[in-house]
Amino acid sequence: MSILLNQNSKVIVQGITGRDGSFHTRQMLSYGTKVVGGVTPGKGGQDVHGVPVFNTVAEAKEKTKADTAVIYVPAKFAKDAMLEDIKAGINLVICITEGIPVLDMVEVMGALKGTGIRLIGPNCPGVISPGKSKVGIMPGHIHKPGPIGIISRSGTLTYEVVYSLTYHGVGQSTCVGLGGDPIIGTRFVDVLEMFMRDDQTKGIVMVGEIGGEDEQIAAEYIKKEAVKPVVGFIAGRTAPPGKRMGHAGAIISSGNSTAEAKRVVLKDAGVVVVDFPEEIPVVFKEKLGKCLHDAKLL
Amino acid sequence: MKIHEYQATELFQKAGVAVVSGHVATDAQEAARIAEKIGYPVVLKAQVLVGGRGKAGGIKKVNTPQELATAFARLRALKIKDYPVEKVLVVRAVNIKREFYIGMTVDTSRNDVVLIASAAGGVDIEETAQKDPQAIKKYYLEGNPQIGGKKWQSFIESVFDDPHYQVKGTEILRGLIKVFFTYDCSLAEINPLVIDDKGQMCAADAKINFDDNALFRHEDVAALRDIRYEEADEMEAKKYGLSFVRLDGNVGCIVNGAGLAMATMDIVNLSGGASANFLDVGGSSNPEKVVHALRIILNNKKIKAVLINIFGGITRCDDIARGLVDARTKLNLSVPLVVRLIGTNEEEAKALLARHNIRTYPTMREAIGQVVAIANQ
Repeated sequence: MSILLNQNSKVIVQGITGRDGSFHTRQMLSYGTKVVGGVTPGKGGQDVHGVPVFNTVAEAKEKTKADTAVIYVPAKFAKDAMLEDIKAGINLVICITEGIPVLDMVEVMGALKGTGIRLIGPNCPGVISPGKSKVGIMPGHIHKPGPIGIISRSGTLTYEVVYSLTYHGVGQSTCVGLGGDPIIGTRFVDVLEMFMRDDQTKGIVMVGEIGGEDEQIAAEYIKKEAVKPVVGFIAGRTAPPGKRMGHAGAIISSGNSTAEAKRVVLKDAGVVVVDFPEEIPVVFKEKLGKCLHDAKLL
Repeated sequence: MKIHEYQATELFQKAGVAVVSGHVATDAQEAARIAEKIGYPVVLKAQVLVGGRGKAGGIKKVNTPQELATAFARLRALKIKDYPVEKVLVVRAVNIKREFYIGMTVDTSRNDVVLIASAAGGVDIEETAQKDPQAIKKYYLEGNPQIGGKKWQSFIESVFDDPHYQVKGTEILRGLIKVFFTYDCSLAEINPLVIDDKGQMCAADAKINFDDNALFRHEDVAALRDIRYEEADEMEAKKYGLSFVRLDGNVGCIVNGAGLAMATMDIVNLSGGASANFLDVGGSSNPEKVVHALRIILNNKKIKAVLINIFGGITRCDDIARGLVDARTKLNLSVPLVVRLIGTNEEEAKALLARHNIRTYPTMREAIGQVVAIANQ
């Protein structure tokens, strides 16, 4: 099994008639993703690449039995798009849109509480379970099915890591782009837990970056609970220190969110922290040996 | 985005927060008129968007018109962290009996808005937070701007011991919350909130930062941006949808995606080079963007070579390649380009570049090795 997405996931695309929504619907269809419907208010009844368009998520869900939604709508409409999914009870919501106001996300996170709905993103590349389903904007062809789970706060840097793994013959179970915004629906720890329980996943890559404390929280979890090897890469070692924001930020986050601090806590927790993405497949070949190529895994 | 103290004070006042009376002045005559109206002594406060104003001598108390004239001239001649002082806020001098801190921000680890308050306000608030965390009180709004009930009462009592100031403090915090939600702030802060010798509670300083992503719904706020505090290059880059930060090295970098751009800079430095900038060309690509990106980074004359590292997803490699070819003719490039392109439409891109004798490298490591070698020659 993979996590979050598999060959049976039924996906609706919000903003399917827009430029990005339409382009990526075609890409997802050609990858083999089951895109069963699209939503654009006022454009119900049309179709895009043969996919029926509905006016509302509720209607789309009823007619198509979709369990997953992906959002490509502009930032100013993204909050309403997510709230619509929550109201309609879509299990998995993946929000690609970037530039969403922080207070909109506070509202969305409030509405998510207690629903059991999983939000990935916003401002993320999406999720792919190679060979099964791709929901997002990542280039499908660089992936290959296999035993490594990837969790990342970045988009293109994840592609670099995936490319390097695939190039060295190491495939992936699921790759999850968490998103680069300060408020995101799903964080490292949530996905680490899923990968630890997933049979197909034998090793995990964490791609982190400067800012926030999610890597530190992940390190705490790994120290206590990890049963599979974790390799980490942290971007931003040479980034200039961020501009300070008054006192409240400093009072709230007393931790150290530099790349070096994150590398240290992850190493402390037993994570193999690498300097270059191409070291990642090498580490897994050492740690997992023949297990990497065990066909039964797939 | 940040605004000046006098602008933030105005927004707080409009929301019903009591503030120390005063007005902003750009010349000495205006300052004298304001002081006359308020009554001496007054305090002159330099309006700058950088910290450390007090230590730099940006705040002066004056007792007479003569003192004001001298102090005003000094402030206007002052530079605080390289920024000249153009405006001075003239306020009533307050005899402070007590200082509190109140602030509001988004606690991203809790996905919630938080009010922070302390009875130990003033310039040392961060030190207090480190040394005596118990002195800092927090109230999570759980998405609800309405306050009240038991949870609120115990919060307010933990900050203000006197029932009279619990009522006053609640009023002021209501104003703070109103400002925060009305304008999509990322930070709203009053430090210090003071009680003066007459027992009046009011805001003696004001700081507001706004969420850039929400400025589209606050045109009035966006108009307050003080462009003197923006790097000209960075502003220009923004205009073309590029995200750019200038650094000290000599290897120019053009990359797609912030994470990959940071990783590229890191590896340039780990390989013995020094990056001259962070530049993310953003998601969707068009050849024009690449021309602008090259032009902007090459304003920096220290650059010896430019690395282009693209992993095409949404970004199409052939768009980037066309931009590079255009830039070579339009910009009369004198520095070497080291190009690595991979992903969407990679083959078309490589063919086009080959026709124009621009070499490409297959991996990030090889390209970085090459660009560092050229820059270090």
